[in-house]
Amino acid sequence: MDSFTIPFLIIFPFIAAVFSYFTRINKLRNGFAYVSSVVIMAATGILLAQWCASGAGVRELYFETHLADRAILVLEIILAVYITVLCFRYKKYWISLLSLGPTGLIVWFEFFGPGINEGARIRVDHLSVLMCLIIGIIGSLIIVYAVGYMHGYHHHHRQFRDRRYYFFTLLFVFLGAMYGFVLSDNLLWIDFFWELTSVCSFLLIGYTHEPVAISNSFRALWMNLLGGTALAIGIVYLAYYSGSVSLHRLVVLGSAKMSYAVIPIALIAFAALTKAAQMPFSTWLIGAMVAPTPSSALLHSATMVKAGIYILFRLSPAMARTTTGNMISFIGGFTFLITSFMAIAQSDGKKVLAFSTISNLGLMVACAGMGRSETIWAGIFLMLFHAISKSLLFQDVGATENSLHSRDIEDMHGLLYILPRLAFFMFIGIAGMFLAPFGMLISKWSALKASVNEGNIIMVFFICLGSATTSFYWTKWMGKIISASHLKETAFRDITKKNELISLSIHAVLMIALCLLFPLLSHVYVNPLIEEMFGTYKDVLPTQILLTLVVIIGLVFAVPLLAFLYSRKMRKTYVLSYMNGVNAGNNMKFIDSFGEEKTLWMSNFYLHKWIGQRKLMGPGQFFAAAVLVVMMSMIIGGVRI
Amino acid sequence: MRSGFVYAIAYILLAPFIGGFLEGVDRKISARMQRRVGPPLLQPFYDVIKLFNKETISVDSSQTFLLLTYFVLMLVTGVMFFSGSDILMCFFVLSTAATFLYFAGVITSSPYSSIGAQRELIQMMAYEPAVLLTCVGFYLAAGSFNVNEIASTGTSYIFRLPGFFAAFVFILTIKMRKSPFDTSTSHHMHQELVKGITTEMGSKNLALFQITEWYENVFLMGVICLFVVNGTMTGFVASVIVFLLVYFLEILIDNCSARMKWQDMLMITWIVTFFTAGVNLVILMVIK
Amino acid sequence: MADITRSPWLLHYDGSSCNGCDIEVLACLTPVYDAERLGVMNTGDPMQADIFLITGGINSQNQATVKQLYDQMPNPKVVVAVGVCACSGGIFKECYNILGGADTTVPVDIYVPGCAARPQAIIDGIIEAVKLFQKKSDDYKAMVKEKKRKG
Repeated sequence: MDSFTIPFLIIFPFIAAVFSYFTRINKLRNGFAYVSSVVIMAATGILLAQWCASGAGVRELYFETHLADRAILVLEIILAVYITVLCFRYKKYWISLLSLGPTGLIVWFEFFGPGINEGARIRVDHLSVLMCLIIGIIGSLIIVYAVGYMHGYHHHHRQFRDRRYYFFTLLFVFLGAMYGFVLSDNLLWIDFFWELTSVCSFLLIGYTHEPVAISNSFRALWMNLLGGTALAIGIVYLAYYSGSVSLHRLVVLGSAKMSYAVIPIALIAFAALTKAAQMPFSTWLIGAMVAPTPSSALLHSATMVKAGIYILFRLSPAMARTTTGNMISFIGGFTFLITSFMAIAQSDGKKVLAFSTISNLGLMVACAGMGRSETIWAGIFLMLFHAISKSLLFQDVGATENSLHSRDIEDMHGLLYILPRLAFFMFIGIAGMFLAPFGMLISKWSALKASVNEGNIIMVFFICLGSATTSFYWTKWMGKIISASHLKETAFRDITKKNELISLSIHAVLMIALCLLFPLLSHVYVNPLIEEMFGTYKDVLPTQILLTLVVIIGLVFAVPLLAFLYSRKMRKTYVLSYMNGVNAGNNMKFIDSFGEEKTLWMSNFYLHKWIGQRKLMGPGQFFAAAVLVVMMSMIIGGVRI
Repeated sequence: MRSGFVYAIAYILLAPFIGGFLEGVDRKISARMQRRVGPPLLQPFYDVIKLFNKETISVDSSQTFLLLTYFVLMLVTGVMFFSGSDILMCFFVLSTAATFLYFAGVITSSPYSSIGAQRELIQMMAYEPAVLLTCVGFYLAAGSFNVNEIASTGTSYIFRLPGFFAAFVFILTIKMRKSPFDTSTSHHMHQELVKGITTEMGSKNLALFQITEWYENVFLMGVICLFVVNGTMTGFVASVIVFLLVYFLEILIDNCSARMKWQDMLMITWIVTFFTAGVNLVILMVIK
Repeated sequence: MADITRSPWLLHYDGSSCNGCDIEVLACLTPVYDAERLGVMNTGDPMQADIFLITGGINSQNQATVKQLYDQMPNPKVVVAVGVCACSGGIFKECYNILGGADTTVPVDIYVPGCAARPQAIIDGIIEAVKLFQKKSDDYKAMVKEKKRKG
């Protein structure tokens, strides 16, 4: 396997970032952004090809890299100093402690700690290649989308300073950090890239410099740095006891039930919870909505939150049937349920997406916590479907907002007739999130089965209730899009840029391809992944289910099409809809009791009096925090259940 | 495998007749409970034949297509169930079918139909946990989600799953659109939401909806039977008796209760689900 | 031709009636008279109705509504005017706002007189309407066939 691709993948985005920062001519930078994203995608493809050519197994690389180690240490210190400066500038002094503390700990450890067996820095296997593909494809497409979107954004929001050079710099740094994160096996490297993603997300959220953006960005920062602190402590603890800082080694030790691996695993898993925005740390992700759409898409779909999921998947064999695993799966399941409730009560499109992201991440976290091969199988597919459809939906809602001047779901009434292209993409995205036969469903099936096998009663409840609430908010959104609308006659101009459309179309194609091919993908890729992770492998999908699934896939695509063709041929007489006979000539207006025309407004149910964010968020956070504190204390104190 | 095929064909051919006949019986018994003579037993068929003979009218061009999809997916659900495949998958397809019904309701943007559709969605949310838990119950008892395997293990699971059975019968009231949970549509005249989700369905569309309901009812009765059948003739007879009793119970509930607000419906359904299916689940999982 | 006489569904519209006839219409559906034994259902939805039952006269305010409800009903359809007000305007005929009976707005097929019309008379009217309904249905079918043949 060629040793050039991996450093290129990690370093190239940083070079692109530097270039973006110093190019102040928009056209030049945009062109460069296109080229870079194509290069990143191509390089990811080459990585996949080379890795397949070398036997598609586990590859450990780079055992002697002292120069890079030192560079990373220096960069980490610079990062901490930078955060401290920002914290002081905005008078959030205490947050700087969360950065200085762990960095100090790591630096102290590197200089004065015991000698350790550093091992391989880079480890390539099925999971990391899969993550690379997600980051490479979705991430690059988001950059393509961002070129068009940010142009329109600054056109519409003249109150914000146009700092696109800075925005693209951050996007590229983010991609580089993510590549570094998923390809590293050395926990010190992972820690550095972890902090880097935290800082990047912090800067992206605060991009507009509005007061609300700044306060939200600091919330994101402290929550993520808290995770980073736990990670740093975990790493140093592990290094002291086992003399190794390899993530892979930690999982092996954990699976062998070594007692000194328990605490590092718990701490790293805790860190992952903050990154994956699980309860009680969900609010940073909701707050991240103030940022321009491409950054929300990037944070929510392909990168930031997936970093947390990735690390949990890595740890999952070691977490199976431990207190840590129980804690993680409980927090995940709880988050899945309670945030899906809160999503029902939202009418802001981006907020619904945010809550549903947290909710879906909750299910993935729960799958990882249970640590069974079936649940990881389900989790991987959840992750794949979620990455594509969420990225699609975020971009689409962003584009819709530019054209419709609103992102409220109520305003999307009849979007299909106003902005047909965007509505179509939205439909595919939402279908991917919950409708049969898209993979979410089969993942839920598998997760439910595994929780029953595991005897995890609470998880069974979480999944049964959560899937009911999930389909509620998605279905009502879809219904809104297709409803006949009184806005039909109002002209809205679809001002979506070509590059945005390219990105959206590729996403839609990927979504449908994934749906059609996922039995194949399961067989060719995910099953070997599971085998690599657990050593053994049991077929998750029995043949009969697979057969049923193929039939359903065929039907769900064919039936509406045939029904559509058939019903189009039918002779029909069109009549007015029933409004007690007082329609004012059409279905959009009626005559009220004063004899005047009134426009009809149909609104969805939101139930916010019962299950709104205000009602549930506080108690939910309190409960989750209590569970976390109690269980972490139990784990650290060595109590076994 | 072959018998599964036969059952599936039988379902496609016979279900509308069984469903329609059951509805006829339902209307007759309801009438007798109200001391009326009531319509003839075959009344539902007369209605559907008449509907097919009327002019095709529509409010929105896509409604027929959505209803057709609803119909076919319902058929698929039943075929999957009676041919003995995965019960959880059946219910997933069923919920997809219900989604299309929701679309058919809201696409017109008509006030009554939209409100009915929204309530239909609330109903789906109310019964979904009980449905999924029922599947879990079968899985725990029989060790498989496969209908064939559940049906042919030689034991009647109703004795091990009484809580799940109760929960399922409870949500059956919602699924069969019976009072007090007929919030999304009404079989009775002069109500606040006219005909609910079916308000904008006339002639052929309504006939299609009606037939789909029959298919659905037969499928649901199949699930009720699944609690009892055990592969023997006695089991089969017992299951028929049980399902007739359940059907009678639903008619009785329909005739002696008034409609509930959807908020109450949601709360009560979830609470009942927890205290029946939930408790049963805990017992099964802990004692196993 | 299919026999469709067994399932007449009603749409009951109360024009400017004094509610006397309305109560009698509803009485038809009570256990005493039980019109459902004839397959009669009161749908309340024009899209699903076959027989349009009007009580009370037509005034200038409800004329458009009656017209629209009639138009929303799918063919074949029958209109029954119940009570003398719906037949001719009755004692309100000379009022400033009354236009007259239902036939001022929609083509009425069956007239059921009475003040108020008795349930027996109403049921009789419905039965007459059903016969006409069958005939109209046959005509309608023939017409559709003819249309199809002509393309």
